[in-house]
Amino acid sequence: MFENLSYLALQEYWWAIVSLLGSLLVFLLFVQGGQTLLYTLGKTDSEVKVLANSLGRKWEFTFTTLVTFGGAAFASFPLFYATSFGGAYWVWIIILFAFIIQAVSYEYRSKASNWLGTKTYDTFLYINGLLGTLLLGTAVATFFTGSQFLVNDMNQSFWQSPFKGLELAFNLGRYATYINLSLGLGVFFLARVLAILYFMNNVDNDAILERARKKLLPNAALFLVFFLFFLVNILVISGFNYDPVSGAVNMEPFKYLHNLLAMPVVLIILLIGVVMVLLGIFRAAFAYEKCGRRAIWLAGAGTVLTVFALFLTAGYNHTAFYPSVYDLQSSLTIQNASSSFYTLVAMSYVSLMIPFVAAYIWYAWRSLNKKRITVKEMEEDSHAY
Amino acid sequence: MEHFDLTLVDWSRAQFALTALYHWIFVPITLGTSFIIAIMETIYVKTGQEIWKRITKFWMTLFGINFAIGVATGIILEFEFGTNWSNYSWFVGDIFGAPLAIEGIMAFFMESTFIAIMFFGWDKVSKKFHLTSSWLVAIGSNLSALWILVANAWMQNPVGMEFNPDTARNEMVDFWQVLFSPTAVNKFLHVITSAYTYSALFVIGISAWYLLKKKNLALAKRSMVVASTFGLITSLFMVMTGDESAREVYKVQPMKFAAMEGLYYGETNAPLVAIGIFENAPTPQDPKAKEWAAKIEIPNLLSYMAALDPHAFVPGIHDLVHGNKEQGIVSYYDKIARGKTAIQALAEYKAAKKAGDREKTAASLATFKENYKDFGYGYYDDPHDLIPNVPLTFYSFHTMVGLGTLFVLIFIFTLIYSVKDKIVDKRWLLYIALWSIPMGFLAQEAGWMVAEFGRQPWVVQDYMPTLTAVSNIDHTSVMITVLLFTITFTVLLIAEIKIMLKQINGFNDGGH
Repeated sequence: MFENLSYLALQEYWWAIVSLLGSLLVFLLFVQGGQTLLYTLGKTDSEVKVLANSLGRKWEFTFTTLVTFGGAAFASFPLFYATSFGGAYWVWIIILFAFIIQAVSYEYRSKASNWLGTKTYDTFLYINGLLGTLLLGTAVATFFTGSQFLVNDMNQSFWQSPFKGLELAFNLGRYATYINLSLGLGVFFLARVLAILYFMNNVDNDAILERARKKLLPNAALFLVFFLFFLVNILVISGFNYDPVSGAVNMEPFKYLHNLLAMPVVLIILLIGVVMVLLGIFRAAFAYEKCGRRAIWLAGAGTVLTVFALFLTAGYNHTAFYPSVYDLQSSLTIQNASSSFYTLVAMSYVSLMIPFVAAYIWYAWRSLNKKRITVKEMEEDSHAY
Repeated sequence: MEHFDLTLVDWSRAQFALTALYHWIFVPITLGTSFIIAIMETIYVKTGQEIWKRITKFWMTLFGINFAIGVATGIILEFEFGTNWSNYSWFVGDIFGAPLAIEGIMAFFMESTFIAIMFFGWDKVSKKFHLTSSWLVAIGSNLSALWILVANAWMQNPVGMEFNPDTARNEMVDFWQVLFSPTAVNKFLHVITSAYTYSALFVIGISAWYLLKKKNLALAKRSMVVASTFGLITSLFMVMTGDESAREVYKVQPMKFAAMEGLYYGETNAPLVAIGIFENAPTPQDPKAKEWAAKIEIPNLLSYMAALDPHAFVPGIHDLVHGNKEQGIVSYYDKIARGKTAIQALAEYKAAKKAGDREKTAASLATFKENYKDFGYGYYDDPHDLIPNVPLTFYSFHTMVGLGTLFVLIFIFTLIYSVKDKIVDKRWLLYIALWSIPMGFLAQEAGWMVAEFGRQPWVVQDYMPTLTAVSNIDHTSVMITVLLFTITFTVLLIAEIKIMLKQINGFNDGGH
């Protein structure tokens, strides 16, 4: 079946898979957003415990999606994996460090003799929530703004900044840094918005939900400011176009705007996604009693569609998805960075399992979410975090 | 030799070794206890006895504490291939990346989805669904081990690929050959059976502690029976697969095999050094230096173990470095020369293709293909740089084998006395069982040290030396991250041990 596809079609298929994983990851970052709200929405120990347990039953989905995103990127676009991870060393190490300290925090936070104390583990969760979202968003923004690296004719990559990726967030003398940071901050506030909507769905506690409702609009407003700044900028900046035959890369004014116009389906997905996110927020804020509990699904699906469309805009229509501003011709495209035809075919068969995996995740999620979490349940559950 | 930042190479290796060794403290316990828990829960569902539910939940608590830190130490390993070994990631990513992605899609999601049911679903789903989830957690975690071990086995014995000079990387041409290579099959079976063995030691060790303290006897006795049975069966498989793995090493990594056995000069009717202490390693300057200060040998056993023929020739380090015409062994000197030819031919191919010189392109490609199988050797000038650390590999191997044999005996005794219900009286055995936990840990780490130190200087056997695989970053950055991970993992390990000890100490099985 997949053998009959062209090499380019397979590359596009795998870019779509990686994009889908990336967009699911952004939705699932609501766990990280929630971690930054533990002590904002929870004012007593039992309230914080309810919130931590609500998130604690989902954190592994986010974690696993991140790991699978990394694995899929490695398998399908190994030159991107090698260039980005080996080059922007410090950005990725900080992100990984943030996830390392998260992985133990739920399990250990309320266990007796946990040595570091509950507050320390909750601080780990906060750090993960802040850095995980901010830096992942910043890293993804470089798909549009570019990084400084060189790839030689043996396909070995050399990062050209001595700051090893930190310049992407801290070089304030470069305008692109503000675009990068705006997406990072946009993802951070979006994760908090989604977390609030998730708590509305999953937590049964009036005091928490009252505070959550109050925090929804300020976080949503900040998300919109940063996201719109990012979106407007990428629509007007020059982008990285490449010639599909020669592979030569050139700058094209309004490249990403052109991409959306050239791919109306992607444009429609983007618009539907944005509208769904806004509608989800609006319904939770102004029609809470009627549909506040279901708002997470609307905003969550909207997030997936929006991010999916952005990824496709970055990689399709002869666009270098990981551009180099140091050496334009070193820019990575889905054609020059991908695995071989054979490997993509083999991997494509494996990808047929994804709907099955999604189905059992959905089933398990529903089984656990039949009842909303309460303080009483936390007192009775022997495995409560 | 081309200029390489050897400090960077050493620190990158140190970081990988550190993170891998830490990760492997926890992973084997996850792999095995997940099955032991599933067996215990099955007994609960079958018998309906509440004591089995309490036992299951107790081991599940310890499993959860261990699992969390296993996940924490695991994420860095996957991404480290990119952050610290980016040249490797491109050179073999076409083959190596696929198992990692399959691991994520097929195994990690299964594990993480059903673990939530396992911990939080007791009162939310049916007994059977819960039991199924526990089994799926075990299957998922073991499937994840399968794919990463397939990837590791491929590095030890690269098969199913061809080098593409245009992309300057190895590309997969046969997925099934990668998945089912004898090295992959043996490695997977040996590693998981050894992990099951270690898990069984973990369970009988803690049970032994309860029996020594005369508390939680109902839990301890029952757990002892389940773990001893599980451990005995899996440790016997571990011995069998270990034997087969060693034979596979002899075939595809003869230098590692020679290092494992401390064999400097090859011989027919080779004896096996069962126990040995090195005195001096023979060197080119002193080739006949006294190798052993003391040793106990078993005649002909090494030849038999390697080739199933007691008279077979087993090559030593000297034969591999200098060659042995009689035995048809090509010297490392010749391989280095061929490797250099291959590297030169690849550069000429690239240049000729760029210049549009078709004739030279074809000629250099032919030369390259002829010599590619020794490509990696071309990065060296001195063949002695291609010898791993022999004492370290030898001692690690013999520690692993010795302890593995001891574990089989421990399981036999704990099972017999548990079934006879006399285990409480055998305090000597309970102490041994308790101490088998650190011994199991030692054996696990020793096994990986054999596998990874023994194959040096290769990251991909014969094709890619470790020194060419590292990312092009400054060594100071890596030194800082080694320090960061050392502190972080040590702090988390201390927390984990303290929590686990508290859980063990504070548990009450209901007074049976």
